[in-house]
Amino acid sequence: MAKLPENISKAPQPIQPPKHRLRAHKRKLNRSMAGNTLLFIVMGICGVFMALPLVMIINNALKPLDEIYQFPPRIFVRNPTLENFSDLFVLMNDSWVPFSRYILNTIIITMGGMLGHVIVASLAAYPLAKHKFPGKDFLFSIVVLSLMFSWTVTQIPQYMIISWMGINNTYLALILPAWSFGMGLYLMKQFMEQLPDSLMESARLQGANEWQIFWHIVMPNVKPAWLTLAIFQFQQMWGNTGSLFLRNEELKPLQFALQQITAGGVSRAGAAAAVTFVIAAVPIIFFLVCQSSILETMTTSGMKD
Amino acid sequence: MSLTKAVHPEKYHKLPMRSVLWRNRASYLMMAPYFVLFFFFTVLPVLMSMGLSFTYFNMLEAPKFVGWNNYVKLLLDDDIFIIALKNTLLFAVITGPISYMLCLLFAWIINEFSPKIRAFLTLVFYAPSICGNAYMVWNLILTGDRYGYLNGLLLKLDILSEPILWMQTEKYIMPVLIVVQLWLSLGTGFLSFIAGLQTVDKGMYEAAAIDGVKNRWQELYFVTLPAMKPQLMFGAVMQITQSFAVADISINLAGNPSVNYAGATVVTHLLDYGSTRLDMGYASAIATILFLLMVGTNKLVQKLLRRVGE
Repeated sequence: MAKLPENISKAPQPIQPPKHRLRAHKRKLNRSMAGNTLLFIVMGICGVFMALPLVMIINNALKPLDEIYQFPPRIFVRNPTLENFSDLFVLMNDSWVPFSRYILNTIIITMGGMLGHVIVASLAAYPLAKHKFPGKDFLFSIVVLSLMFSWTVTQIPQYMIISWMGINNTYLALILPAWSFGMGLYLMKQFMEQLPDSLMESARLQGANEWQIFWHIVMPNVKPAWLTLAIFQFQQMWGNTGSLFLRNEELKPLQFALQQITAGGVSRAGAAAAVTFVIAAVPIIFFLVCQSSILETMTTSGMKD
Repeated sequence: MSLTKAVHPEKYHKLPMRSVLWRNRASYLMMAPYFVLFFFFTVLPVLMSMGLSFTYFNMLEAPKFVGWNNYVKLLLDDDIFIIALKNTLLFAVITGPISYMLCLLFAWIINEFSPKIRAFLTLVFYAPSICGNAYMVWNLILTGDRYGYLNGLLLKLDILSEPILWMQTEKYIMPVLIVVQLWLSLGTGFLSFIAGLQTVDKGMYEAAAIDGVKNRWQELYFVTLPAMKPQLMFGAVMQITQSFAVADISINLAGNPSVNYAGATVVTHLLDYGSTRLDMGYASAIATILFLLMVGTNKLVQKLLRRVGE
């Protein structure tokens, strides 16, 4: 407790402006050297464990074929080459359906899913967050309940419903279910709740109706949440090969074509390494670009009773 | 909405239902597209799954009612289901709490660093959970011959004299899958914790220091955790649901069926009956049990977490 007077003298200081951040960091309360060292070591070991497979993905993509089948195996590449990527392009040009078609399919499916989801979920989130009406708590509670089980549970009946709707073997079979993704509505509603009511109230006094308020007041104020919903939706859809619903080869997404290449065996190991790199890199890059918006949205992700 | 505001709250309850619905028509219309889709793709499938679980249904003929038969067969006659259930519970009991703790621990440590390093570390820890099926890279690590990275390393260090067939040896399958699952599990819950930690009011730490909180561990227990309880609840849902749904890694690393079904989980068993054997009634019974397990566990844990700090 000898430190106490010192702490007290620091306590009432105002929040430091950003340029003093470094000094403020050093003066953090209650931080012992031993604790710092311990946590740094734990973080280091776990960080290496987490990063190693990702490092391998990058290195394998750059390895020439003889290094992929080397004994003893090495993690780091010695003679980096882009051969694997050029092999991948050759394979892509050989494919039965032009490769650009797979890319177009992926763009249609993911963009359709993302855009529709952001619009439909935001529209539903606004009344749930800001209006009072009968049934509101019940509706939100079933969405929260849907976060508590995985989609595998509903897979078989979902397939039957999609067949009944007659949208089997169309893009809609993947796009429409994506619009009602529960996590998106949940995050959007929580984020909208923190908007001040006065914002909407003043628009109402000026005669705006609820649709105008939604479009001109609410939506511009929840941009970080749009991005988050779009990115999470993309993460869901990116890994989907669509083979359950899409039978026509020319409707299938990129993921399907890429996974066909990885299944090609020894002779295609180089191209397969390049594919693995692409599959991992795309969602990681999207996350990297939107990281701050996503974290801003997640600050309101908590579950209140 | 502007109309409802004008009515005194006590009188509001006395209005006839129809007029209440009419006053709120904008709210209901806005929610309609989402909830119609939600009904068809989430609510209805759950109800159908429950209904079909009491039938024999092969997608060709109309479902035939068989009462509790599917459940009786599952629990008394299906040895593989019992293995699958045991493995799923093992995943849930081990990876659920451990991944939850890891999310919290890493988020907490990451929070100590400066913003740039924090962003980098967040990416490193979160990336595995979003890199799609790139976890297949573990196949290279676990290859059973001398070319596998793990075998190569252990042979070089003279820990092993013979390479181990990791994914073909019954006793290694579950431990290895658990490690891979943990690697993949720092997902949405982890992000929520990172974000939650940054919202804890700095003034509370200063006040706590004055009140005699001596070190970071006490600070974590007395200040940080109570302040981020909502995020802790959300993270719990994410980690629990994820830990019950393990299937893809088992199928892609150990195969389906795996050696002696050592890597079977409730979901792999469900896929086996649902997409290979096309016994939809039976698969629906499996899905219903899984649904009850997931939701039941989530509700129970929510109840426990709600009590924290009260």
